[in-house]
Formats: sequence, structure tokens, C-alpha cells
Amino acid sequence: MRIHCPHCGERSLDEFSYLGDAVVRPDPASPNAQEAFYTYGYERSNVAGPMQELWYHAAGCHAWLVVTRDTRTHEILEVKSAHEVALARQKVAGTAQ
Amino acid sequence: MTQSAQTSRLNNRGLIDRSQLLDFTFDGVPYTGYAGDTLASALLANGVRLVGRSFKYHRPRGILTAGSEEPNALVELRSGARREPNTRATVAELFGGLEAKSQNRFPSLSLDLLAINGLVSPFLSAGFYYKTFMWPAAFWEKLYEPMIRRAAGLGRAAPEQDPDSYDKATAYCDVLVVGSGPSGLMAALSAARAGARVILADESFAFGGRLLSDARTVDGKSGADWVASVIAELKSFPGVKLMSRTTVFGAYDTGTFGAVERVADHVAIPAAGVPRQRLWRIVAKHSVIAQGAGERPIVFGNNDRPGVMLASAVRTYINRFGVAPGGTAVVFSNNDEAASTIQDLVSAGVTVAGLVDTRTSLPPAIKSLARKHGIRVFEGAVVADALGGSRVTGARIIASYGAPQTVACDLIAVSGGFNPNLQVTTHQGSRPQWRDDLAAFVPGALPKGMAVSGSAKGTYGLASCLKEGAQVGAAAAAAGGFVATAAAIPTADDEPAEVSAFWHVDSSKHKAFVDQQNDVTAADVRLAEREGFQSVEHLKRYTTLGMATDQGKTSNINGLAMLAALTGKTIPATGVTAARPPYTPVALGALAGEHRDKHFKPTRLTPSHDWAKERGAVFIETGLWLRAQYFPKPGETDWLTTVCREVSTVRNSVGVCDVSTLGKIEIHGTDAGKFLDRVYINMMSTLGVGKARYGMMLREDGIAMDDGTAARFADDHYFITTTTANAIKVLQHLEFCRQWHWPDLDVQIVPVSDQWAQYSVAGPRARDLLAKIVDAPFDISNAAFPYMAVAELTVLGGIKARLYRLSFSGEMAYEIGVPARHGDLLMRTLMSKGEEFGVTPYGTEALGVMRIEKGHVAGPELNGTTTCADLGLGKMASTKKDFVGRILSQRPGLADPNRPRVVGFKPVDKSARLRGGAHFIAKDAEPVAKNDLGFMTSVAFSPSLGHWVGLGFLAGAESRMGEILRAVDPVRNSDILVEVVSPVFYDGEGARLRV
Repeated sequence: MRIHCPHCGERSLDEFSYLGDAVVRPDPASPNAQEAFYTYGYERSNVAGPMQELWYHAAGCHAWLVVTRDTRTHEILEVKSAHEVALARQKVAGTAQ
Repeated sequence: MTQSAQTSRLNNRGLIDRSQLLDFTFDGVPYTGYAGDTLASALLANGVRLVGRSFKYHRPRGILTAGSEEPNALVELRSGARREPNTRATVAELFGGLEAKSQNRFPSLSLDLLAINGLVSPFLSAGFYYKTFMWPAAFWEKLYEPMIRRAAGLGRAAPEQDPDSYDKATAYCDVLVVGSGPSGLMAALSAARAGARVILADESFAFGGRLLSDARTVDGKSGADWVASVIAELKSFPGVKLMSRTTVFGAYDTGTFGAVERVADHVAIPAAGVPRQRLWRIVAKHSVIAQGAGERPIVFGNNDRPGVMLASAVRTYINRFGVAPGGTAVVFSNNDEAASTIQDLVSAGVTVAGLVDTRTSLPPAIKSLARKHGIRVFEGAVVADALGGSRVTGARIIASYGAPQTVACDLIAVSGGFNPNLQVTTHQGSRPQWRDDLAAFVPGALPKGMAVSGSAKGTYGLASCLKEGAQVGAAAAAAGGFVATAAAIPTADDEPAEVSAFWHVDSSKHKAFVDQQNDVTAADVRLAEREGFQSVEHLKRYTTLGMATDQGKTSNINGLAMLAALTGKTIPATGVTAARPPYTPVALGALAGEHRDKHFKPTRLTPSHDWAKERGAVFIETGLWLRAQYFPKPGETDWLTTVCREVSTVRNSVGVCDVSTLGKIEIHGTDAGKFLDRVYINMMSTLGVGKARYGMMLREDGIAMDDGTAARFADDHYFITTTTANAIKVLQHLEFCRQWHWPDLDVQIVPVSDQWAQYSVAGPRARDLLAKIVDAPFDISNAAFPYMAVAELTVLGGIKARLYRLSFSGEMAYEIGVPARHGDLLMRTLMSKGEEFGVTPYGTEALGVMRIEKGHVAGPELNGTTTCADLGLGKMASTKKDFVGRILSQRPGLADPNRPRVVGFKPVDKSARLRGGAHFIAKDAEPVAKNDLGFMTSVAFSPSLGHWVGLGFLAGAESRMGEILRAVDPVRNSDILVEVVSPVFYDGEGARLRV
């Protein structure tokens, strides 16, 4: 498998390590934080089809990536910098508030 | 023994080099062959037909094919450490001095006593493993399995280490063409002419595929000459890589292919510096699979006798190798390729005693050809049985009319039609599709970037293959952005290729083999179906059909067609089993490559490793690192003596320990403190500049992950250490937190583990020693540089350094870091300047002893199941902030105050030895699991106290202080009484740290 790192270009699978479902850490201050963290930690999705996953470019630039991968075909549909995705997420959350 | 002449060699025929006569032996008998031969063709040239015994029944077997699909002719090659089992004689390239042996025979190939297995065959039928040997269970291990292992089997691997080297490499290209038959060559040519980077790979040592095997003309030239002209042109392109002897064995995601190149399999011993084989990872933007088609046999009685051969293989031996595989042949076929087979046999001087065709009405062209050569034609007929034992002596023919007839022959050329070699197209999950007109499966939906061409796609005529290859090659280059046009199509004819599906002659009473390598018969398939194994996947597993090293290339389709007939389903409804990589067997040596022995993983050495070696250190592997374990002095014969001396020297004077292997990470940025507050359980933002603090990190699930220290050199600059084992894991975790959780924080993370050599200088004289190397005007006095102070300074006249007043040993101690290149100098200087104090280097053992004496937790306690409260560090966790792991550490199970906690243990009998792993049981309780109170994690002999001390987890620890418990270690038969004490055995007040 080849992953197109936004910083380094297309690289081989063995440079990356896999984490799983690209879920967001819950708000620790929320009243149901205990349950939300439990879900976050243990009840992650494992869909058959396109899925957003977190990958780490361990043998490269040390960037975390949000990789959209079809788990049935291993086709990689999109790769984004996790940092930029997270910044955009915060911006949206900020606007919503 | 005299060398037998090559009696079956044809004059003036074949692509062998008659100027290079090669000697070889088979089962110790010397023979000769020519360069360009395979072992199989050379054996056939010498009239050798019997080459092996079958897996289960030890039946005599010969050569069925001329390619990598061979199920029978498996041999052992070479001898000694280079002995290699299970190589197909049909692909083994002949070289001078080759030693080959037949396999699976006892005591000899012609007299095999275990052929008696054939007589007890009722017990070896489908599923015999699951039935016959079920009872009594005790017999399995002692009797059944050893017996089966001896009787059934393949070749023997060499017991010695393989003396050859194996290489790994990666290649990139625009277009990968797999297979160099007519279609592959045209595809490569079209892509190369467009300027694409092309890799053309073929499993054989000669390019050309069927063009070398069939007597055909292209552009008015012989197939071989036309191939040579194309290869010459391909060689003229700088971007084209031609890879013969290279099997593309697997297709993986995103255009990645696995291939094995047999670099030196065709020589006796690889030349110096040349690997035996090379494993390639080929990354191709586009690929063209042109692996051709494989002929399938028809299943009939005794169809495994030496002398039964695929018709296409017969043509290959005649045309490519100049060998007549028999003297008198019967051709048994269901398709039009029979015409070519007859022509080639006749031209080679082989008598054709009959054409047996399952079709009731043959095409006139074939009939007139047969008439021309005086060949008897049996229409609508079958070969029911091959006659003969260790070689074919005749064929029993049953036609739709008249009585069965016997025709004498020593060769039965059989063809049941062709199966496209589509395995590589299905490696990523695509399912093949059935085509009734071809009576074969063809590739289904293809992975992105992959195209199929020629016979591999079910396109059978030569002219059609050439044309399709040109188009597909041009399309692949065009898809890669090249301006490509299909190469001009050379003139050639399409041969007739009509086929009428026919799988199995059921009018035989003899064993009829579907899978010849695994000895699966037609009766086994019937039995399996009767017993309910009606899915093709069940059939495969129950009978082992298709599960041999040939992956059923000559058997799968016949097997499933028979199953379809038995169940009354169509073939597409029955389906095929999935083909998985590798396409043909790949040596484990090639997969391992250079990653063997010490090269399996890299060895990491600290900057002062050479010094430690000179000093006579005993090293221990910790992860990838080699660390000094202890430094024996002359006369010290026992490690414990050395370690006790090292500990005592540190406690009474000074010692130096290499701690360069610790993970070291720089944290910069205006939010560095805030960031560290969120990843450590304790506060780091409140740490003063010039100070250090011990810290603990949790995983998000609330379990302790790693501990270390954080030092602050500036408001926006921290330096943290991790344990040796978790250096990479912690870095990854911190980057995850920074990038994904808190992207808004101004934080930069730089791993610097390798940049700093770091040493712990510990003991009452540590300051005196360091004072000798610290540059003025730095004040190292206790007042100016107290416990937990840190500073940047220079040492040894200008070498930049960082000094940390940290202690793991419990003594007044420092850690000093210098740039890695100065580590060796610093260590040597500390040793020479410390002589007057009696300085000692100490290793990981003494380090471990002192940390246990001080009750510091380490790897055995941070074992991935313990919380910070379990470790006795619960009070460290801040309640003023959130941090990773906080929420889930409050789950009832983890927050339970009755969880086992770390406490200390000492033996009641002071001479008793403690054992790590021993379980704690109340003094008067039975040593059974339900009475288990916890277990010992770390033990050491304490030279400071004169007895063993231990740390361990104990349930209800607080209320058991001072209690006497049993420490039971059933593994090492130890059961002693221990007292529960504080984990800090030495200097409980910490007075020695602050002096």
C-alpha cells in the first residue's frame, strides 16, 4: 500500500503506523465525560467502506494524518494533515459557540 | 556407471546451446544436458521418465508440465547446506555439476516400500486425518502422526544455515509488464516507445513465453527470432528494465507487486558478493498482466503415470528443448490445439498412434491432418485408463460405439483446454468470471491501474494476443501521461481454439487423480460431496484439493467442475477458491533477505560503547540497545560480587553509569508548560526555570504509560526524558496530542535521544568529581546548585553540557549530558579524574539494585496494567487540571482502593532468596489461586542491607504493613516467609540526596 503524505509525497506503507478511527477526544469538562471517554476509548468504528483513520508517518515527518480509506479495497481516497483537520475542527467549534 | 547418451534429443531442433554440454546427476547417476535446458528437459532427453513418488500413496510420478504449474516433478537440488527441497524440475535451470535427487521414496525411487500405502488407500481417502486417526487419542502423538509424517511428505530442508545471501530491493516504473509472451512483449514495446519507464518480468530464464514453445511464425520469422528482435529493441531504451528469472508472485495495494529474482539459482555457487535471490518490491503506476494460460489435464484412470503429459508441454519439449518426450504417442483432447500437437509430434519423428477427442464431430482440418499422417481418430471418445506402472505402456480407449480398445504407446498427450493464469489479478479480492465459450474463468473487475492482456484474459489466438498487447501497453502508457500509440502489429495467424468442456472420465475403475501433488482422486471428490462438503471452500479443506505447493494450478478447475456436476449446479454458481500470494513458492530466505541473525534488527550502541568494551563490560540487550550490565574487575568471577562492589562504591564514594539510552525530547514553544500539564499527571507549568521534576504519563485509558523527568531551561523550553523502552512510543504519543488534540497550542517537539550522551554521576563524592570537569565560573556547590536543579554550562574547557541534579540511586547524584560526539571523551575523563576517589563505572544491574533499594518503580511495575495509584504515586495526580488518562482512571475498577499496590518485601530468614514472580499468600492459607494476594515484580540482593529485598503488588497493602506472608513460586519450588515493609529500603528520609 502507498500513502501520499502531504509533506513527504507518496511513501510505502512500512513508513507509517496505524491508529484507527479518527475520533475526537471528548470534552473532559462535560457532565457525561466518563461515558464519553469510555465510548472514545473502546467503542470505535470499524466500518466496511470509506473510513477516516489516523495514521502516523513514523519513519518520515512525524506527522499524524487523517487518511480516508475504503476498508474493503484499501483504496485511499484522501490524505490530510491531522493538525490542519484539527485546527479546522476547532475553528468550526469556535464559530458555533 | 557410464553416462547415458541423450537418446531422446532431437537433432537440429530446440533453443538449447549445443556447444555447452553440461554434466549433472540425478539420484547419483551422471547425465548430460545442454545450456538452455531445464532439469526436466535434460532428464527427458536422457530417457528418464520416473522422477518422484507421490505424497500420500507413493505412486510413481513423472513430468506432467513444462512450467511452474508442475505438480509432480518435485526434486531436491544440490547438497549439504545448499540442499533445497521441492523445486520443480520443470523450472530448475540446468547448470554444470547440478546434483538432483528424487523425493519421498524409500529406500529408492524404483523400489518404494511405502507404495503399499496404495493398498491401504481406503484409509487415506478424503478427510482421513479427521476419521481414521481419531481414536484412541493417546495414539495420535505417539503413533499416527510420526507414521503419517514418514509416509507422506515432500523434500528435506538442509539442517545447516543457508550459506548464501539474499537481497531486497525496490523498483519504480510507469508500466510493469508481467510475462513476456506475444502479448507482454507487444505491451512492453508500445509503452517503451512512448517513453514510459517499463519493467518486463518473466519467470523463465528466456523471454518469449509460448513463442519459444510453439512452432509459429511472426513477421515471417520464427517465434524465437522475433522475440530476439523485440528484446533487442527494448534493450535500446534507457528506461526499460528487463527482468528474466523473475516471478511476480503477488499483487498488493496501490500498484505494489512482490517479485523474486533468481539471481544465482542457475550456478552452483553464487559469485562473491552476488545474492542467491533478490526479493523485489515493484511499485508500478500501471501494470499489464500477461502471464498466459495454463493447460489443464483431463482426469482419467491412472492419469498420473509417468508418460502422461500436457499436450502444450509436449510441444514445449519438442520445440524449445529439442526433446522427444516419447516414442509413440496418443493425443487425448477436447479442443483444436490437438492439431499443433500432432504436427509437432510428427515432425519430431514421434509416432502418433491415435487421436482421442471427446467431441463427437471434429473440425475437418483436424480430421484431414490425421488422415494425412495415417493417425487413427477416435471421435466422441475418451482415454479411460493409462496402462503401465512406472511408465505408460498404453491407453485404454472407450468410444461412444464399439468395445474398449487398447492402443500401445509410451506418451499420452492430454489437453482439457486452457485456464487463464489470472491468479495475480485476484490477489486483492477480485473474483474471476466464468466464460462458457472458453470453458474457463477469466479475470473479473481489476484493481485500479491493472490491465490484463492476451491468454491471461482469455484471448487465445497469436495474432489477437499481439494486437491486444500492443493496445493495452499503449493504453497503460497513455494513462501515465505519455503520448502513446499501439506498436504496429506484426503479421501472424490466429490458430483455431475451439473447446468443448470436458473434465473427467468416470468410466474407470482405477484411481483418477484430480490433484496430483496432494494425491486427491475423483473418488475423494465424490466422497466429500456425499458427506456434505458441497461448497468449493469445504471441498478444498476436506480433501486438501489445491492446497499443495502448486496451489492447484492443474487441479482446481477440474475439481470444482466435478463438484458442480455432482451437485447439479453450474460452474459459476459453484465458484472458485481464492488464489492468494505467492503465485509460486518463494524461499523463506528471500523473504528474510538480509534481516537474519544479528541483522534481524539493528543494534544501537551508545557513544561510549567502545570505552565500555575496552573496560571489559558485560553487555545486555535492552530493546535494540546494547547496554553495559556490569564491569567485572580481574579476579571477580561471579556477577553478584561485581554488582555488590559497584553498588557499595556508589554508596560510599562515586560511580558513573551510562544513561544515554534514555529517551530525550525537547519541548519548545510558549505553550510548552500548558502542553506538559495535559500529558503529565502532575503540574509542569509551575516548574521554575532551572529546575527539574519527576513526572508520570498515563495512557488515555488511565493506565500508567511512562515515567521520566522534565527539566525547564527557559519559560518556553523544557527537556523531558522517557524510559529507554518507551522513547519512540512517548514521542508518537506527544505528537498525537499536539497535532490531533490541541493543535492550537504553540508547541514544537524534537526528539534528541541520539544527540546527547548522558551519564549519571552518583555517590557522596559525585560533586568532587564533577567539580574537576565543570568550567569556571559555574558554581556546583549544594547552595548554588541544589537537589533538582538543572543548568546549561560548559565542561572540559568549552564543551557545551547540561547538568541535572537528579538521583535514581538515592545518593547525591547528577546526570550530565554532552553532545554525543563528546560522550566517549567525557566518560574517559570522568574515569581518570575519579581515580583518586576510587570511581567505578556501574551497569544496569547495579542501577537496578539501587532503584529497588530506593523503592523506585520501573518496567516490571509499569507493566501496562497498573495505575499511578497502584504504583504508590496516586497523590502525584493533580486535581487542578485535566490530563490524558484522568477521566478513565476514575472508573470504579481502576479507582478501587483495594487494588494491589506496590510495597516492599524482605525475607524473614535473612539468608533466603526472593524470587520475582512469586505469589503472596496469607501465612496459613493454601497456595491456590483464590487465596492469591499479589505477586513480586522486582527483587535484588541489597549489599547495603546484606539481604534480599523485593517490590511487588499486594492487595490491601496499607493494612498489611508488617504482616508475614508466604511468597510461593511453584515454578522454581520456592515457598518462603516474607515481611511486608515500606518499598523504600534505604535512606527513607532522602537525606543523602540533598547534601
